[in-house]
Amino acid sequence: MFETFFGFAIPGIPFGCTYAVIAVGLVLTYQATGVFNFAFPAQAYAASLVFTALIQSAHLPSWLAFIIAAVIMSPLLGLAFDRLLFSKIPNTNTTAKLVTGISLLVGLPSLLLVAFPSNYYNPPSLIWDINTVYLTFWEIPINGAQISSVVVTVLMLGALVGLLRFTNIGLQMRGAVESRRLVQLDGVNAGGVVAVAWMVSSFLAGMSGILFSPNFGEIQSQNYALLFVFALAAAACGSFRSLPKTAIAAVLIGIGQFLFQGYLPTTGFLFTTVLPSFPFLVLAGALLLMPGLRNLDSSADPLSSVDPPLPPTAAASRLPQMDRMIKIAWYTVLGVFVVSMLTWIPKDWESVLNQGLAFSALFLSITLITGMGGQLSLAQATLAGVGAFTAAQLALHLGLNFLIGGLIGAVVAAMVAVVLAVLSLRLRGLGLALMTLAAALLFDTAIFSNQTLAGGSGGLNIQAKWLGLDLNNPNGHLYFIVAFLVVLLITGMILFIRKGTTGRVLGALKGSETGAAGIGINLTKERIMIFALSGAVAGIGGVLLVIQENVANPQSFNYAFGLIFIVIVVTTGVSTVEGAIQGGFGFVVIQKLLGYAPARFADLTFVFFAFGALTYAAHPEGILEFQKRRSYQRIERFFPSAMKKSEENELAIGIAGGVSDD
Amino acid sequence: MTDPAVTLRLKDVSKTFGIVNVVDSISFDVKAGESVGLVGPNGAGKTTLFNCVCGQLQNDHGAVYFEDQPLNGMPTYRRARLGIGRTYQRTEVFPDMTVRNHLLVAERVHSGTGRLWKDLLNMSKPTKEEIEVSDRVMDLVGLMELADTPVAALGLGHCRLVELARALAGEPTLLLADEPSSGLDERETAAMSAVLRTVQRERGTAILLVEHDLEMVSEVVDRVVVMDLGSKVAEGTFDEVMANPAVRYAYLGESA
Ligand SMILES: Nc1ncnc2c1ncn2[C@@H]1O[C@H](COP(=O)(O)OP(=O)(O)OP(=O)(O)O)[C@@H](O)[C@H]1O
Ligand SMILES: [Mg+2]
Repeated sequence: MFETFFGFAIPGIPFGCTYAVIAVGLVLTYQATGVFNFAFPAQAYAASLVFTALIQSAHLPSWLAFIIAAVIMSPLLGLAFDRLLFSKIPNTNTTAKLVTGISLLVGLPSLLLVAFPSNYYNPPSLIWDINTVYLTFWEIPINGAQISSVVVTVLMLGALVGLLRFTNIGLQMRGAVESRRLVQLDGVNAGGVVAVAWMVSSFLAGMSGILFSPNFGEIQSQNYALLFVFALAAAACGSFRSLPKTAIAAVLIGIGQFLFQGYLPTTGFLFTTVLPSFPFLVLAGALLLMPGLRNLDSSADPLSSVDPPLPPTAAASRLPQMDRMIKIAWYTVLGVFVVSMLTWIPKDWESVLNQGLAFSALFLSITLITGMGGQLSLAQATLAGVGAFTAAQLALHLGLNFLIGGLIGAVVAAMVAVVLAVLSLRLRGLGLALMTLAAALLFDTAIFSNQTLAGGSGGLNIQAKWLGLDLNNPNGHLYFIVAFLVVLLITGMILFIRKGTTGRVLGALKGSETGAAGIGINLTKERIMIFALSGAVAGIGGVLLVIQENVANPQSFNYAFGLIFIVIVVTTGVSTVEGAIQGGFGFVVIQKLLGYAPARFADLTFVFFAFGALTYAAHPEGILEFQKRRSYQRIERFFPSAMKKSEENELAIGIAGGVSDD
Repeated sequence: MTDPAVTLRLKDVSKTFGIVNVVDSISFDVKAGESVGLVGPNGAGKTTLFNCVCGQLQNDHGAVYFEDQPLNGMPTYRRARLGIGRTYQRTEVFPDMTVRNHLLVAERVHSGTGRLWKDLLNMSKPTKEEIEVSDRVMDLVGLMELADTPVAALGLGHCRLVELARALAGEPTLLLADEPSSGLDERETAAMSAVLRTVQRERGTAILLVEHDLEMVSEVVDRVVVMDLGSKVAEGTFDEVMANPAVRYAYLGESA
């Protein structure tokens, strides 16, 4: 009885310890610096990759590799993040901080894959060997990796307590944990405190990565992302505030995970579906129930109004003549594009651009929810998948036409989005991002990986008879025409919504929720509505994508794409429809072009966009949008006389509408 | 207690943060079309009381009635739609939107005629009446020249005017103004006083004004309520209240 219990529980402790290291590092940076470090798993990955590479490829002794990877590189990486990126973002700009972290999470592993193209297997254990059993408790063998996890965690947390309690900088850091602003007002060198916090927590990231890597046969960045989610769940249980509560929750989560695994029958729904979803359920549950998560972002900060306002988007600051010229240019580009697609563009490029159209539709859902609604959702890829798999299932089982099924899929995606919106009504900024991330991961493990629902790892092939139309014929242009019309329709819809009451109401909501409620806007209703709209558009995008790819593959919709999509759209411009469309085409075109380069550079697409998104803090309108504004201003300076402002024109153009409208 | 002449009635309203009674059993009325000043030193609980009236905070005890209707538990947006307009001590404008759009969105929400399907059919353009109303309000507060400027480009003084105009665009029966003069220079303050007076006299809007500038208070209000440390210490005309020793003590720290 007891033996079984401990037999299940004890192996959970080392895991829980590793989660604790990560979770404590997360909470420490978050409290001391205001940044929730989404790059944490990337840092853990970087450290373990470098550690292993130094030992296996450069044949360094492991102590030296450890010093280089964990003691030197990890803190320096954290310091660089802080000095080069996060310290430049105003503390109140939650979205910029999130986007920057997510860009690093996406970009860093991809960059490392380019730098270290070979695969690394059997990462070495730190201190004690994973394959040796050193102890037995109640006949439970304890291997070296497990011992080192526990020992190193206890040592590190002990050292952290010592640092916080007995050193001057620790005292200041603790002060920052209590009240960041107070420390700053106290005249403490806040920058110094922040830098130390970053270095300490990055060291913890590196340590956790190195400690944990022997548990995997190969070093892959996905493994660290899973680790991160466990830590997130623990941090949420500590309300992203209390270090001891976080550490305890982490260990309990580790134990709980193994207990469930042990006691549940190894077949059936609970084991195959609920168990792998355990950390996401804990995370979602904590976000739902823990007090104090409403004010996670600092929107209630009394000094937030001091921050400079965002620059207006390029279109808003243009002269009317400029508007007309741009409108004409857009129509020309559109016309040339359509004619070219129907005539001379080679088949392989036509299919790439078709895929670009599908991504454009999907990315327009981000324009809706993030650009117009001001909410950062990391589950857009998931919603697209919901649309696609709904259509596929309807076709498979009911023989429903795939396009009609696609519309139903869009409705289902909208409903899922509404559920998500309702569950996260009290959350803003970071809380919402984490809730949507938990949802994405939940769908990945519980639904998209389900053989019956999503066809397993190969996905569900789209059968030609489902479509009714000859969409998949590589010699025809029907797919292009349909997808083009769909994107045009969605674009028009968004432009009208933005011009109309809803657009203004959303602008109000984004500007100030307090002010919006004060004039009678029902925040809950508007929020649910924008989630529903965005979910529907994402669902349609997903349907277009799987038709184009001829297969509904769950891999195309996993949580990582949810992150990547955000990074892409933020780079090209999240506040305009052109931004989403340029993002859609940019994504596929760059990937295609990189296809001509050696295979190791394939991941550079993500690196490009990730680095693009790093400029989000400086140019929240998107770098493309920023460059556009600059060039318009140059043109306007160049032709000053032609650009006199005329009221009539403005009206005429205001009514005309079109792709590049306000 | 039914009294059509009472716009706002506070009965024993209390709000506690932790163990501090920030608002402690406050009761007073604002009659229809009346202008009442709410004054008191920093931290007296004036803004907190406003938040209880608007619904951003729910009071722990007591009751708030608006035109005889109990407001307890009602969310902010519904109170706003009933006719409570407000401005904020820390401005809550919509930075990306132009001045005119602030008013248009407030009007549209007030009339409740916005619909998503109308947007999709391009039927949501501002109507002639809406433009006229916004013109009139902007004219009143003196923002006409800035109508098409994004608010992000405006200074604090203009932002306070935008908030006031936005509140007025919803045609409130009761206007709560939280330190409208803070951050304004003397001339702007005088203009603000004039606007508030016009609003009260010409539109018949009841006003509850929190203000540190006593000159402005004396110009605008009919009656004053004084708060200190969460409690009401006096109520009466401006001169009566200023003569009250308890007020002088609370407000100026002079011994009675
Ligand atoms: N959300 C809150 N949590 C805890 N305490 C609060 C909160 N809001 C206000 N307080 C406290 O309540 C007290 C009253 O604040 P309030 O803002 O209502 O005062 P005020 O009369 O408006 O002052 P001022 O003239 O400075 O605007 C202050 O001591 C303040 O610190
Ligand atoms: Mg106040």
